[in-house]
Amino acid sequence: MDGEALVSEDSGADRKRRVHGMLKLYYGLNEEGKAEEEAQSLDPCDINGPHFDPEHFLNKLRRECSLAELMDQETCMVKQIRSLDSDMQTLVYENYNKFISATDTIRKMKNDFKKMEDEMDCLSANMSAITEFSARISGTLQDQHAQITKLSGVHTLLRKLQFLFELPARLNKCLEMQAYAQAVRSHRLARCVLQQYSHLPSFKGIQDDCHDIMDKLAQELRQKFRDGGSSAKDLSECVELLLQLDEPAEELCDKFLSHARSRLESDLQGLEAEIRPYPYASAVKNASARRVSSPASLGSPADSSPKASAIFSPTSNTDILEFIDRGCNEFVSSLCLVITSYQELFVSHAQTGELASKNIPEMANGKLHTFVDDLAARYFSLVERRIQEEKGVGDNSLLVRALDRFHRRLQAVTKLLPGSTVPAKGTEIVIRAATERVKQYLAALQSFYMDSLTDVRQALATPRLSVAGASVGGGGGSSRDGPNSLPELLSSLSASILNQIKSVLASVHLFTAKDITFSNKPYFKGEFCSQGVRESLVVSFIKFICQCSRQFCETAGDKGGSTPPALLLLLSRLCLDYETSTISYILTLTDEQFLVQHHSPVTPVTTLCTEAREAAQKLLNHYVKVQGLIISQMLRKSVETRDWVNTIEPRNVRAVMKRVVEDTTSIDVQVGLLYEEGVRKAHSSDSSKRTFSVYSSSRQQARYAASYTPSAPMDTNLLSNIHKLFSERIDIFSSVEFNKVSVMTGIIKISLKTFLECVRLRTFGRYGLQQIQVDCHYLQMYLWRFVSDENLVHFLLDEIVGSSAHRCLDPAPMEQSVIEVICERG
Amino acid sequence: MEDDAPVIYGLEFQARALTAQTAETDSIRFLVGTQSLKFDNQIHIIDFDDENNIINKNVLLHQAGEIWHIGASPADKAVLTTCYNKTSDSRVVSCAAVWRMPSDWETGSHDSPDDSAHNPQTLELLCHLDDSPHGNAACVLWEPMGDGKRVISLADNHALLWDLHESSTQAKVSSTATLEGKGQLKFTSGKWSPHHNCSQLATANDTAIRGWDLRTMSQIYCIENAHGQLVRDLDFNPNRQYYLSSCGDDCKVKFWDVRNVQEPVKTLEEHSHWVWSVRYNHSHDQLVLTASSDSRLILSNMVSISSEPFGHLVDDEELSEGEENHQEDKGKEPLKDSVVSTYEEHEDSVYAAEWSSADPWLFASLSYDGRLVINRVPRALKYRILL
Repeated sequence: MDGEALVSEDSGADRKRRVHGMLKLYYGLNEEGKAEEEAQSLDPCDINGPHFDPEHFLNKLRRECSLAELMDQETCMVKQIRSLDSDMQTLVYENYNKFISATDTIRKMKNDFKKMEDEMDCLSANMSAITEFSARISGTLQDQHAQITKLSGVHTLLRKLQFLFELPARLNKCLEMQAYAQAVRSHRLARCVLQQYSHLPSFKGIQDDCHDIMDKLAQELRQKFRDGGSSAKDLSECVELLLQLDEPAEELCDKFLSHARSRLESDLQGLEAEIRPYPYASAVKNASARRVSSPASLGSPADSSPKASAIFSPTSNTDILEFIDRGCNEFVSSLCLVITSYQELFVSHAQTGELASKNIPEMANGKLHTFVDDLAARYFSLVERRIQEEKGVGDNSLLVRALDRFHRRLQAVTKLLPGSTVPAKGTEIVIRAATERVKQYLAALQSFYMDSLTDVRQALATPRLSVAGASVGGGGGSSRDGPNSLPELLSSLSASILNQIKSVLASVHLFTAKDITFSNKPYFKGEFCSQGVRESLVVSFIKFICQCSRQFCETAGDKGGSTPPALLLLLSRLCLDYETSTISYILTLTDEQFLVQHHSPVTPVTTLCTEAREAAQKLLNHYVKVQGLIISQMLRKSVETRDWVNTIEPRNVRAVMKRVVEDTTSIDVQVGLLYEEGVRKAHSSDSSKRTFSVYSSSRQQARYAASYTPSAPMDTNLLSNIHKLFSERIDIFSSVEFNKVSVMTGIIKISLKTFLECVRLRTFGRYGLQQIQVDCHYLQMYLWRFVSDENLVHFLLDEIVGSSAHRCLDPAPMEQSVIEVICERG
Repeated sequence: MEDDAPVIYGLEFQARALTAQTAETDSIRFLVGTQSLKFDNQIHIIDFDDENNIINKNVLLHQAGEIWHIGASPADKAVLTTCYNKTSDSRVVSCAAVWRMPSDWETGSHDSPDDSAHNPQTLELLCHLDDSPHGNAACVLWEPMGDGKRVISLADNHALLWDLHESSTQAKVSSTATLEGKGQLKFTSGKWSPHHNCSQLATANDTAIRGWDLRTMSQIYCIENAHGQLVRDLDFNPNRQYYLSSCGDDCKVKFWDVRNVQEPVKTLEEHSHWVWSVRYNHSHDQLVLTASSDSRLILSNMVSISSEPFGHLVDDEELSEGEENHQEDKGKEPLKDSVVSTYEEHEDSVYAAEWSSADPWLFASLSYDGRLVINRVPRALKYRILL
């Protein structure tokens, strides 16, 4: 303790606290700073710590400090000790003073309490005196009080009696004033009493009077109820009063409902009048009546044309939105009103009153449900009829909005009648309408497709003359410039179909728009998107396109090619385009727009693509067949109608051969507009090709010459047999690839094979054979460039020449050089 | 079960005409007529030895001209008709005639087969079916299952019914029918129906098929546009009287019910070029043979429109004993309409195919290069039909 104030130059307050802390420590009152001190205290040299060792401290000082420092230390320590001493003295003095003053206070208090005790005694004496007095006063007033009570009782009774006696008159007055509610209230007050005292004749009289009056009142109420002219509010008031008059609730329910029904039915009839009635005659009447009222056609009410138009466009009556609006505003809102007031009257009201015991709420609820269901069913049938009339697919938004409103308004019924099936049925109607709509759109798309095909057909038919003319003259090159050229037609057809699909998708998309209430129904989220839109609209349409195209092949094949070949080609390209890109594009578009979640299995893109490809293949095959047939027919006629035995020496290539080459060229141009070139086998050069043909023909001719010797008839067709052995079998009507060369090869194969078969059926004279030679050479000169493998043309033409040589009575072939001269001249 | 390999026989000349020898029911025999403008034409009598798989041939000369059509009498083995082209004064005329084979052709060939090749015997002319006023003969049809006394010849747009008298040495036209219409109408083919007491005929001209009643010689039905293009051949179902098959240049084979000619009952589209011949098997009418200029021969099994479709119980009387016993086990697997097999032995257009009249499982086909191929119905199918 002797080195306490090591840091004495602190501020006053600080110092005080420190001193205080020291004292506290001394007296063993520890504060939170304990841990800190503990840390310090371990040092034996800490002069403030509990473990301070003076010996140790001294030793340390002595060891570490110089003399001067020691001297300083010493003076400092002495100073501190002195100040601590004075502090202690001050504290002791202060404490002593306080103690003295406390002793004084206690003494003073002792004196004061003695005085107070005396006063309290005096107070209690006074209080007991007061009590005594008051008891005495109440004792004297007792009798009078009882009398007053009795008198006031009699007074009330008398007032009640007076009320009773006045009741009939009052009721009558109420009746006169038609203040039914007041009358009923009054009667209700008196009823129990009258009932209780009805054995007394006077009361009996009153009761009877009251009964009569109330009966009359009830009659009047009922009358009013029955009249039905009153508003729903009046009506409900009536019912409420009647209920209070103990009318049988069931009967009232029925009456209330039947009354409501009559009014709702008039609404329904109003709606029905808007719909075109089934017998057309009345529709005409309706429509014409409407027309008369509208100023526009006021002048010609008797004219039949507006009537007819009214029949064929029922939407001209009122549009569906208007109709639904009217239905909602009139029927649905009054239905809701009826439901609310009914529930108020019979259900919620009755639950609180005495009626609850009689199961009235259940009964009433049951009645209400059947009533609502019944009427709603009629309403729905009307709405459905109206929706069914909505056939025009132009603007879907109107229908969707109408349906939305219809659906939205039915939600009110849900809120009012939680258990009702009405909203569910309403949703079903919406669903049905939506599916119906999708079907209509499909039909519209299909008819649009057919229409555009007809357009294409016409477009193909009209410029065809000019194209044909041009191609005859200039090799068909000019047909490309026509306004209705095939690629343009194709792109416009394809684009218009795509546009139509897009617009239909957009229209259908309205059904699933966010702001439409029914769009969040599970049906519209799932099934409608996947099954409805994707499957039955888009997929069906694509399938329809394929199927429709395929039909072109079948019908045309049987009925002799009524479809223009260019259309076949165009459709084939269309289907092929669909296979490569359009289908996946359309489906992706649909999936994106409708966020289709495929719960149920859907048709994969690949299936559709396969189908489209098959259709394209079939169409192209058919195109080849038809074009081949056209050329075949020319060749066949030319071979069949000529007398080949008695023909003159050939001077020219026959015109039909030129025609064949021209047609082939124009077909080549036509196909080239839509299909790529395709691969062909490497050509030998033009000249070498010709020498080949010369070589082979001349070799063959040598063979024919040799066949005169009877010993070797077998050798005649040796060459062609050998050729056949080494060449592949030629499938004439085989499938073609999607390129120009393959198509042209197919057409030329068919034509030449026909030529061959026809030649084999004829008999030739010398010049007949020579004519065939000339013709074949001419064909060879021009046809090789169209096919994938020129050897094919060579082979078939050699066959033809060979066969005609066989069928020749006098086979003397023409010189190759002469043939060439003739052909080049022609 | 290995099927026997096809047997091939080569003629020296080109040929189109083929028929089975209808009156011959013991041995398998086909007649082939050749087409040659330069040499004497021949009729090859092809005997097939089923057991040894060997062909025996005999050649008879047909000097009148190249043979376009040949028909064998149903009553007399030795009698046949041909349609042939005769060239005279640089004019080609089609004629028809009835011929008799020399009685000793068979013995001659057996004694010295080499001789017969060198010295072929000539056919004996019985009579000409001289219809030159009526145009060129396309084909001659024998009355099916008749006594060999009546034939029909089709010439341009006339159908002529002939009665043959005095062992076929005289022919008289008993009635005619004429096809009226715009343009030059021409019968291309015809078939005498074996049903209705042989009183009906079916003909083909251009794309139409017509039915004729031979008693009145009037048209009874007409299938306009039966094929997209020319109709090449017809055949009657031997067991179902209203069923008719046709083939043509649209590569299709169609099956018709003549009571309803709006739509074909069935259409086959297996060939890749014109179909020249269609033939029902005489006993098992589900087997249909078609020959085409795509050098193929196709055997189809048309169960659904045959007289013994699957599950259909045929009347007991119609069945022989052996068939009846096996009829019940047939219900193991239903057979579907299908192509049984495609025969590719030919290298040129096949213009004719015929079933043998002696063996219902055997048929011959003839291609233009003179190759005759004899084939059998695959054994597996044969047993399935029988068992």
